[in-house]
Formats: sequence, structure tokens, C-alpha cells
Amino acid sequence: MEKLMLLGDEAVAKAGMDAGMSGIYAYPGTPSTEIMEYVQNSERASAEGIFCQWSANEKTAMEAALGMSYTGKRAMVCMKHVGLNVAADPFMNSAITGVNGGFLVIVADDPSMHSSQNEQDSRYYGKFAMVPVLEPSNQQESYDMVFYGFELSEKYRIPVMVRLTTRLSHSRSSVKPEASREQKKILLPSDPRQFVLLPAIARNRYKYLLSVQTDLERESEISSSFNKLLDGKDKSVGFIACGLAYNYLMEIMNDHEMDNPVLKISQYPLPSEKIEIITANCNKVVVIEEGYPLVEEMLRGFPVVNEKIEGRLDGTLPRDGELNPDHVAKALGIAVNEGPPVPPVVKNRPPSFCAGCGHIDMFNALIQAMERYGPGRVFSDIGCYTLGALPPYDAINSCVDMGASVTMAKGAADAGLHPSVCVIGDSTFTHSGMTGLLDAVNDISPITVLIGDNCTTGMTGGQESSATGRLEDICIGLGVVPDHIKLINPLKKHHGENVDTIIKELEYKGVSVIIARRECIQVTMRRKKQEKTYGNNRNQPSRKI
Amino acid sequence: MKTDIVIAGVGGQGILSIAACIGMAAIESGLHMKQSEVHGMSQRGGAVQSNLRISDREIASDLIPLGKAKLVLSVEPMESLRYLPWLSENGWLVTNTTPVKNITNYPDTEEIITEIRSLKNHIIVDADKLAREIGSPRSSNMVMLGAATPFINIGYDEIEKAVKRLFSKKGDNIADLNLKALRSGRSSSSSRL
Ligand SMILES: Cc1ncc(C[n+]2csc(CCOP(=O)(O)OP(=O)(O)O)c2C)c(N)n1
Repeated sequence: MEKLMLLGDEAVAKAGMDAGMSGIYAYPGTPSTEIMEYVQNSERASAEGIFCQWSANEKTAMEAALGMSYTGKRAMVCMKHVGLNVAADPFMNSAITGVNGGFLVIVADDPSMHSSQNEQDSRYYGKFAMVPVLEPSNQQESYDMVFYGFELSEKYRIPVMVRLTTRLSHSRSSVKPEASREQKKILLPSDPRQFVLLPAIARNRYKYLLSVQTDLERESEISSSFNKLLDGKDKSVGFIACGLAYNYLMEIMNDHEMDNPVLKISQYPLPSEKIEIITANCNKVVVIEEGYPLVEEMLRGFPVVNEKIEGRLDGTLPRDGELNPDHVAKALGIAVNEGPPVPPVVKNRPPSFCAGCGHIDMFNALIQAMERYGPGRVFSDIGCYTLGALPPYDAINSCVDMGASVTMAKGAADAGLHPSVCVIGDSTFTHSGMTGLLDAVNDISPITVLIGDNCTTGMTGGQESSATGRLEDICIGLGVVPDHIKLINPLKKHHGENVDTIIKELEYKGVSVIIARRECIQVTMRRKKQEKTYGNNRNQPSRKI
Repeated sequence: MKTDIVIAGVGGQGILSIAACIGMAAIESGLHMKQSEVHGMSQRGGAVQSNLRISDREIASDLIPLGKAKLVLSVEPMESLRYLPWLSENGWLVTNTTPVKNITNYPDTEEIITEIRSLKNHIIVDADKLAREIGSPRSSNMVMLGAATPFINIGYDEIEKAVKRLFSKKGDNIADLNLKALRSGRSSSSSRL
């Protein structure tokens, strides 16, 4: 079959369709977004009826995927690492209920925080839930592991996690696809109470999960070929390399003709026999893993000082951040021949608002309205509007997790801060802001909620927003007094009236919502381009409007 | 044979199209290829780069080690300097001169050009001007690709074919303009070698 050039994300998506998945659920988040987008943009998805719509957040996505698995069909749910925090409840519990149709949880971690608030390592969640974790080292493995993962999931009737990292998600290489499988038919679980986690049932289900742990380890040890022990002559040092880190190690070892034992880890639970062999045969072992030192900690045991093990914890490799071939070279004692240094004339170029972005005008109005109250009163959230934290705006004081602006503003208001303001995007609001607003309404906490409604999920590339066309109704439904739901148009020419509206609502001692609505400039430009190509026919391709 | 290329620019300048063309040409030439891209936050006007690795043997790392790039190809002058630590001893830096000044402390362009001139192997192209001259101001990225073709170990014909294939989806006219841009960039740098 023809080789394809695919991003790691795309390889996962293509494999899902080839392996007969019936649905993919996701909420956008870098670096996982392109998985869903690949399916949505494929002609196959609609032809074969593969469900592929964005969910309101990662929790709803995970639960919907679990529901599809319940029917006996194969389902996939995708998210970025912090999305798994939101979906942690269904994730942990799906390990207890188990699954029916193959159920894959694809999580893309972002070491070095290229586009994230932290660099948490999802392998811990896999270990926590006691489910297998597959960690591909390249695009082909990303593809193959989806096939294998579905089978593993169905064999043990438990969820399987596939852990990607930014560098693999967003790196392209050739992938050789397999022949496509048919989707599964509906076949409900044989035990009608499998998914009923009443304590008595849950205890049994948990015992089942515990009972398969040795089998899962055997799978990692012998049944699958993803974990490989390669012998080498030079036993002064051996290497354990996890996932993508294996490539960096190979790059350096090939370039320098090194011949040491290497254990490649791409499947968890860890294969303990292979680990025993390499640690017993080598004078010391360097553990190279992308993310937190999970394997290293396990090998070190307690106390953590262990002369034989090196890695991120003893400074052999950096404690934080994404790895690269140069880190690995240094850890192997190999000199790096760096090119010329970056001259001081080069300045940092942080991301910034697009020219013509409505968020700019929203912030300019807010900044002027807040002048009389002084700084430190604006909680915010995650999205393009977080750039309001940077100069020249310096307009926001927090960005923690999706939805936290509303609830933090509430807490501060409850403490007596007035005005207490939050700035949140439309997609973030329906992801996790709504429930916090309900709290504020119920407690009559005096906050001003400014929703930057650009009618899209901007930061991640302009996916449809669950909020579009619904914000006023949602707020009314949650109990916000209609007189205090204001719509403003964030344009320079409306600056004066927008400032007045904001000031009025800041003075109000109850919950008020101001919706600053203007379509994302990127979406507008994309739409205009499309209209130019296809005319005004709204039924044209790309759902990505 | 191994060619490591860092492609640099500012989010929104179309560096991924450059990478896609080289990548397609590499595959058509039967070579191995890995190409890491930047998606996400930095695409909002931040510094972006793509690591493109081409080889007749299998490639391990998606990232280029420091000091190994045969070519730094930049569509923005200041950005070209950001990746000097990756440039190999005999590597080439090929850059556009038109600055993207979306930061308040953007340095004096002359200072940047002086730094670039101090490098052993460099090609400086006013790609925006060349693109305007051929009547396709938006094709400056293809001008830059053209200017870099002498340093990419792939037959020029294959690169032309890739550009044609990539842009013909948008219409023959667009494909022709981009081919023109490619040729104009190529002749501008070839004449200086
Ligand atoms: C739990 C979680 N899921 C996803 C993300 C990724 N993410 C960051 S910003 C954003 C989009 C926000 O869209 P919106 O609120 O509409 O703001 P905009 O970017 O359009 O201004 C997403 C999906 C995240 N940081 N955390």
C-alpha cells in the first residue's frame, strides 16, 4: 500500500478509521487537535458514518466515547494532557467499569509547555488507573499502536491509553497503512451491570482490574514487539529509552558508532524481566524519558539515591522540559558542536493578537473602564485573550485552567473585592465556565463576566464553538437577570459606548454578563477566501468555518 | 547523504508550504524525510520554525542536533539569526530581507543585515520585492525556496514538480505564479554563487 506523509496526530487518526472505529470524540487542545481535524476533513468519515464532532469539553467527550464503546463499537477520545484532568473522573472510572467495544484514550502531552500551562506526564494517569499505556516513538508506531490498542482493549475489556508528545504529534514522516477493517456491529455488554458502579459491583470490577495486571505485564514483556531489548558489547552503560526519547538515543548512538545495550520502552506496565536483564548486565543505566522521571523513579526505588541509575533526577538530563538529541549527547558524554551563538540583536518574538482582532478592542475598553478601580481585579482564562496579559495591555491577573476565571472572580467577590471581573472566551465558557456562573448566580456573588465571543475556538485554530449563538440563552437559563446581560461590539468606533456599558455593569452589585461579540478575524478571512472560491454557497466543504 | 534544514519565520508567513514542497520532492526522489512543525500558540505572530531532515538512510530524531544544519532558510531576517546554533560549519544561511515588525523592540534592520553579512556562507534576497515584480506579492515564500534550492540536495526539477502539485489545487494561475516566484528566487541566488 502507498506510503503517506503524516503527522503523528494524523497517523493516529488514519489508523482509527482504518481500524474500524465508529466515532471519535474530542475537545481541541494543542498538540492533539489535528487528530480530530484529520478525521473531519477526510471524505471517508461522512461516507462511512464515522462520528466526528467536537464535544463541549474533555469530560463530555470521554463519556460519550465510553457510551459508544458500551454498544460494542470502537471509539476514540482525544485531548491534550491537561484535558485529561478535566476528564479524569470518567477516565479513572472507565478503568473500573471496563469497556465493551475497543476504547482508546489518546492524550498528547506538551513537555516544554509550547502551548500549555504545565507539562504534566499522562503516563502517571495510566499507571494511576492501572490501564496499559502505549507510547509510540515514531509516526509508524503511532499508526500501528491504534490497531494494537483496540485489540488489547477488547481482549481485556479495559481502556487503553496512547500517549503522544508535541514533537511526535507535530512531526511528519512516512507511514505505511494497513488494510481497512469493518466497523463493529452493536452488541451490548453481556453483563447488564458491568457499567453500574454501585459499591458492591465496583469492588468486583476493581478486583478484575487487579487480576489482569500480570497479564498486562506479560503483554508488555513478550506478546507485543513495542518493547525491545537490544544487546550491545559495551556494558559499562546501558540505556532505557521511552517513546520518542529512543529516537534521540539512536541518533547519537548511530552517529558515534556506539554499541551499548538499549531497552526501548513503548508499552506499559513496564516489562520487569527486560528491565532486570539490562540493569543486571550493565554497570549503570541511563533512563531517558520524555516527560517526568516516571520510569527512573520506579527503578531507583527508595531511597532515591541509586548509584546505578542516572537520568533526570541526578542532573544527567535536565529535570524539566522537552528532550532533544543534544541533551542526550551530553548525557552520553559526547561533545556538541554548536554553531555560532545567537547575536544579541535578536529579540524575543512572543505570540500576539492578530491585526484586527476583536479582543484588542475588548481589552482597550476594559482597561479604560477599570482605570478608576486600580489594577489587580481581572481574572482571566485560557485562549487567545490570555495574550491580554502581555504588554501593552497588562490587563489580566490570572490564567489557571479552563473556566477558572469565573469561579476565581466569584471567590474574590465573596471575599469582598468589588468590582471583581473575569474575562473568558466563548468556547472556554461552555467548556467549564457555565457551571461556575451558576454558582455565582445562586450565591448572588457580585461579579462581572466579560465573554470575548469571537464565535470560534480561536487559539487552537478556529474550531466550531459550542457556544456560538447560545450565549445569551445559556446565561438567562442559568439565572442571570436579562437586564444585566449586555451585548457590545468590540470595534474602535464603539469604544466610548463600550466603556460606558462596562462601567455600568461594574457598579452593579450582582452577577452581570457582558458579551463582546465580533467574529475572529482569521475565521472571517478564511470565510471570505472560501466565498471567493466557491461563491456564496454555504454548503461548501470545510466544516471548519 | 543527509540534509538537515531549519526553516524559519514568523507565524502566518507560510513556512509550512516551503517545508511541504521540499518534503514532497524528497519523497518523490525516494528519500527518507522527517519534518517537525510548529502548531499552536506561536502561530499567532510568534517565532516559528520547522526542522526538515532528508536522508538516503532512515532518520532517527525528528529534531536536528545543534551544529548539523546544512541550511537555515528564513523568510524573515531577524528570525534567520535565531537558529545560528544549529548551523553547521559549512552550512548556508539564506534569508529574506523584509522584516516583520510586530514587536516594539524590533532592532534596526541594518544591524541585522550586518550580522548576517558577517557569516561565511550567506545569501540575502529581497524576496518581497522579487515577488512583487512578478505580480504575486504573496509568493515571497516560494521566492525564498527558489533561492535555497542550490543548497538542497534534491534535483531542482523535483522541487518544481512539488510546487506545481501543491499549488495546482488552488488553480493553474496560482501554480504558475508560484513557479515563477520559485524561478526568480533561484536565479537571484544562483547568480551570486
Ligand atoms: C482543559 C483544556 N482543554 C483544552 C485546552 C486548549 N485550549 C487552550 S485555549 C483554547 C480555546 C479557547 O477558545 P475560546 O475560549 O473561544 O477563546 P479564543 O481563543 O477563541 O479567544 C483551548 C481549546 C486547555 N488549555 N485546557
